[in-house]
Amino acid sequence: MKRLPAMPDEWIDRSTVVRFRFEGSAFEGLAGDSISSALWAAGQRALGRSFKYHRVRGILSAANHDVNVMLQDGPRLNTRGDVIALRDGMDLTAVNTFGGVAHDRARVLGLFARFLPVGFYYKAFHSKRLFPAWERMFRRITGLGVLDFDTPHVRTPKRYDFCDVLVIGAGPSGLSAALAAADAGAKVVIVDENAHAGGSGLFQLGGDAARREHTRALLQRVTAHSRIRLLEGTCAGAYYADNWVPLIDAERMTKMRAAAVVVASGAFEQPAVFRNNDLPGVMNGSAMQRLIYRYAVLPAQRSVVLAANADGYRVALDLLAAGGEVAAVLDLRADVPASPQLDALRSRGVELLAGHAVYEAHADGRGALAGVTVCRIDAAGKVVAGSQRRIECDGLAMSTGWSPAANLLYQAGTKMRFDDGLQQFVPDVLPQGVFACGRVNGAYRIESRIADGRRAGAAAAAHTGFPSAIDAVIQPETESPSHAWPIVAHPDGKNFVDFDEDLQVKDFENAVQEGYDNIELMKRFSTVGMGPSQGKHSNMTALRILARLTGKSPQQVGTTTARPFFHPVPLSHLAGRGFSPQRQSPLHGRHAKLGAVFMQAGAWERPAYYAVEGRTATDCVRAEVARVRSAVGLIDVGTLGKLEVRGPQAAEFLNRVYTGRYDNMKVGSTRYAVMCDDSGVLADEGVVARVADDVFYFTTTSSGSATVYRELSRLNTEWRLDCGLVNLTGAYSAMNLAGPASRAVLATLTDMDLSSAAFPYLAVRSGLVAGVPVRMMRVGFVGEWGYEIHVPAEYGPVLWDLLMKAGEASGIGAFGVEAQRLLRLEKGHLIVSQDTDGLTHPFEVGMDWAVKLDKPFFTGQRSLKIIRKLPLKRKLVGFMLPANHLGQVPQECHLIIGDGDIIGRVTSISWSPNVGRHIGLAFVPPEMTAPGTALSIRVTDGTMVPAEVCTTPFFDPTDARQKEAT
Amino acid sequence: MKLMTCPVNGTRPVSEFVYWGEIRPMPDPDACSDDEWAAYVFNRNGAPGVKKEWWCHTPSNTWFIAERDTEKDFVLRTYLYGDDR
Repeated sequence: MKRLPAMPDEWIDRSTVVRFRFEGSAFEGLAGDSISSALWAAGQRALGRSFKYHRVRGILSAANHDVNVMLQDGPRLNTRGDVIALRDGMDLTAVNTFGGVAHDRARVLGLFARFLPVGFYYKAFHSKRLFPAWERMFRRITGLGVLDFDTPHVRTPKRYDFCDVLVIGAGPSGLSAALAAADAGAKVVIVDENAHAGGSGLFQLGGDAARREHTRALLQRVTAHSRIRLLEGTCAGAYYADNWVPLIDAERMTKMRAAAVVVASGAFEQPAVFRNNDLPGVMNGSAMQRLIYRYAVLPAQRSVVLAANADGYRVALDLLAAGGEVAAVLDLRADVPASPQLDALRSRGVELLAGHAVYEAHADGRGALAGVTVCRIDAAGKVVAGSQRRIECDGLAMSTGWSPAANLLYQAGTKMRFDDGLQQFVPDVLPQGVFACGRVNGAYRIESRIADGRRAGAAAAAHTGFPSAIDAVIQPETESPSHAWPIVAHPDGKNFVDFDEDLQVKDFENAVQEGYDNIELMKRFSTVGMGPSQGKHSNMTALRILARLTGKSPQQVGTTTARPFFHPVPLSHLAGRGFSPQRQSPLHGRHAKLGAVFMQAGAWERPAYYAVEGRTATDCVRAEVARVRSAVGLIDVGTLGKLEVRGPQAAEFLNRVYTGRYDNMKVGSTRYAVMCDDSGVLADEGVVARVADDVFYFTTTSSGSATVYRELSRLNTEWRLDCGLVNLTGAYSAMNLAGPASRAVLATLTDMDLSSAAFPYLAVRSGLVAGVPVRMMRVGFVGEWGYEIHVPAEYGPVLWDLLMKAGEASGIGAFGVEAQRLLRLEKGHLIVSQDTDGLTHPFEVGMDWAVKLDKPFFTGQRSLKIIRKLPLKRKLVGFMLPANHLGQVPQECHLIIGDGDIIGRVTSISWSPNVGRHIGLAFVPPEMTAPGTALSIRVTDGTMVPAEVCTTPFFDPTDARQKEAT
Repeated sequence: MKLMTCPVNGTRPVSEFVYWGEIRPMPDPDACSDDEWAAYVFNRNGAPGVKKEWWCHTPSNTWFIAERDTEKDFVLRTYLYGDDR
C-alpha cells in the first residue's frame, strides 16, 4: 500500500487500516478510501471486466462512472468500486467474469468481436424457433452480479424537506451560489454527491494553491452560515415538476421541495477515443487528480498526458507535484495558447507535442498499460502517416473535453444550445425557478465559476422573494474546454466510445450506414448510453461522430432524453409502504369480538361472516341466513354513503341527479333511487327519505359513497341550486334489524308506534330507541320485515348492544355481507357493480319503472331517451340450476354459451337453502328471457352446465313476509 | 410531484387533488340532435392548449376551476366556479 505524503484535503484517515478481500486475495486500505483507490494503491490494476468483450478495465473517472468496476459484496450487488467507501471485512468479487478478473474465460469473446457487430441482437435473434436457445445462452453470459434471494427486506423510511433555494453541487460555483442566496436572506440547502464538498476546487489544482484557497474560503463560509445546510454524500437524483428533487444518501431518499433550484453540477470529463483507450492505466485527467488529492495515491510512475485544454496541463503539473514523472504532454491542438501552466511545464523540461494524439495504447503481460504510440494529426484530426512513435509509460491522462452534467436541467425542461466556441451544450432557456451556474453553464475558469455562482444564487434568491444587489461580471472563456474531435481512427478498432457497452467507433459508422442516422435511433440500435452510466462519458462523443457522419452540427443532431435517476438508486430507497386508507365502521370492535372475518368493500372493512369454531365458512353463512329467515338478524350497514340535502331546492336537486321523482314525495316516506351517468349507464343506487319538506336524507352504495358525494358536490357547485349537501357517512352509524321477530325485538326498546298503519313499509320515522335519537326506515332489501336504523355514530355501539340483548330471547344474531348477498339474491335484488357493469343501463336490469323520462331533466336522461328507441341487447334475468344438480357449480362471470358463441354472463350465483336450488342472476339476450328458457353455462374447465331462466323473486314472490299478516 | 393551488386551501401537492375534466357546455338536451348529444357525451378534445378544467381538493371537497396550459404543463390560475373575472 503505497501512499503519497499527506495531502491537505485528503479523504483518507491514515490511522485506520481497513482489511478486505478482493477476488479471494487479502488487501489493506485506509478508512476513507474508495474500493478502487485502495486497490490501485496496492498495485492492483485489473479491477473488472467489460460487459461485452470481457476486457480488463481499471479506473476511468473515479467519479461514479466506472461501471466496469462493479463489485459484489455478499448481498450487495453491483457496488461501484470508484465511489463506494471501503469497509472492514468486505469480501468483493468482480461481477461479469467467468473465473475471476485475472483469468476471465469469457475474454475469448474479444476474439469474436468481428462477429458481434452493432445491432447484433436484432440481426441474429429474430428466429422464433431458435430464440429460446439463444435466450438461455444469453441469460447465462450476460447480467451483472448474482442475486441472493435471502437478502433481508430493508424498510427505508422517506424524509420530506423544504428550502428556499436548493443548490446541486458543492464545487466553487455551487458554494458561491449558496452563499449569495443565503446572504440575500434565503434558506439554502446545498448537496453534493461526493463524500466531501469542494468539488474540483480541491483537486484540479495544477500546482496553483490559490485555487484551493478560494474553494476553502467559500467552504468555510458555507459551513459557518446559519441559513445554509450542507449535505455531503447526497445526490440530487432527479428533477420533478415544481422543484421536487429526490435527494439520495446512503440511508434514504429525502423528498425536497425547493422554491428555486440552482444546478451547479459541473461537467463529466470525457475520455478520448483511440485504440486500446480502455487499458488499466489510461484514465481521465480528473481521475488522476482525484487519486492524488483525495486518496494520496500516485496514479502512475511515468505518465503521458493527452490534452486539449488547460486542464490537461494542470494534470501534468499535479502529477509532477506528486512526484510522478511526465514523459510527454500531447496536445490535440496545433496552436497551444500561452499559459503559466505551459511555461511551468516547459521549465520542468517536459516534452510538449502540439498537434499530437495517441494512436494506440499497448498493454503489458497483465493487460495493464505499458506504453503508447503517439502520432501527429492534421487539422481534420486525421493521422499523419509515418508520424507514429512509441513512448513507454504506465499512465495516460486524458484531458480533452467535458460534457455538462445537465441531466437535471434536461429533466426540468431546459432548452439547451450548442455553443461552438465552448464545444458544449449550455442552457439557453431555463424554466422558471431553475438556475444554472459553473461548468454546466459553460463557465470554466475558476473566477468565472465563482462569479457565475454568485449571479445564479442571487437570481434564485430573488425568485423566492429575497432580492439583493449582486452584479456579477462573467468574462467569456478564452479557450475551448472541449476538443471538437478527440477521436483517432485505427484500422484495428478497439477504440472505445462507450465503455459500458464496449462500443467502438466503427459500430457508429456501421449504424449510420444501416440507416440509423438519427440520435434516438442510433441510441436504440447501438445501445450507446444505455448502460449503467447512461452515457455520461459516451453520449457527447457519439453525438460528435453522428454529426460528422451526417454532415450536421451537434445542435442539429440534438441529445437524447436524460431520465431519472441520475445514478442508480437502491430499490429499497424507492419502495414505499402502500398507502391505501381503510375505513372501519363505528361497530368494528363489536364485529371483531363476535369473530367476524373481514372483507374489503370499497374503502371499508366489513364482516363477510362471523366465524364459529368448528364450522366452515359456508355453514356459518347459511346459519346466519337461516336466522334472518326464521327469527331475527342484525347487520351493520353503516358503510352506506349517507348524505343529506337541505334547502328550498333540495327536491329539485335530487330530481336532477336521480332518475326518479322526489318533489312529489310525502314527508316521512322513502323512495328507491337510481343514478345514471351522462351516457345513461347505471352509476349508483340508494334510498331517498324525505324527513322534512326541505330536508332529504339519502344513501349511496358503500363503495360509491366518496365518489357520489364528490360528484354531487360538483353538480351543486355548477347548478347553484338553493340547497346544501352534507356528507354524514362518517357521522352516522346504521344497522338493519331484519327478520320475522324484528318488530317484537324493537318494540321492547321504543315507545314509537310500530304498527303497519303508523309505520308502513318504505316509511321513515324519527324517534327514540332506548333513549337514542334515531332515524328509522322500513326496508326490504333482504326480504324480511326490517328496520334500517340510523343513529349518530357515537351511539352505534350502544344501540347494537341493546338490540342484541333485547333479541336474545328471539334468537338474534349478527349477519355479514355474505349472508346479506344471498338473502337479497333470493329476492332477486341486484347489487350495482356486481350485477351491473360499465355499460349497463336501467332498461337492461328491469328498472324501467324507476326512470322518469318525462321529468324536465336528469343526468343521463337524454342518453336514455336515445337508448329507449334502440332494441335491447341483453337483459338481467333470474336462473336456477336443475333441482338435483350434482356436477360443477358455475361461478360469477362464467359465460353463457349459445350456438358456440358467448351470449351472456352469470353475475351472481349461490346455493339457496330456502329455494333448495342454486339460484342466480345472469345477462342473457332479450329473446331468452322467458321463464323456462334453457341456458348453457360454460364453467372454467369447459364443461357445460344446464340452467333455466325463471322469474324473480326466487323466494316469497308476493313479499308476504314484509306485510302485516291478515 | 406537482403542486396545485386550491383557491380556498392554498398550494398543496397534486396528490391531494382529483381532476374531473374540461368544462364543456352541455347542449340543450331538448333541442340538440342525437349526434350532437353523443358527441357531447363521448368525445373529448385532447389537443394541447389552455383548458379550463374542474379540479377538486379532496380533503376539503373544494371544487374549483384551473386554467391549465396542457402544452406547456403550466397552471395559469385557479379560482372558484363563477369567480371567472
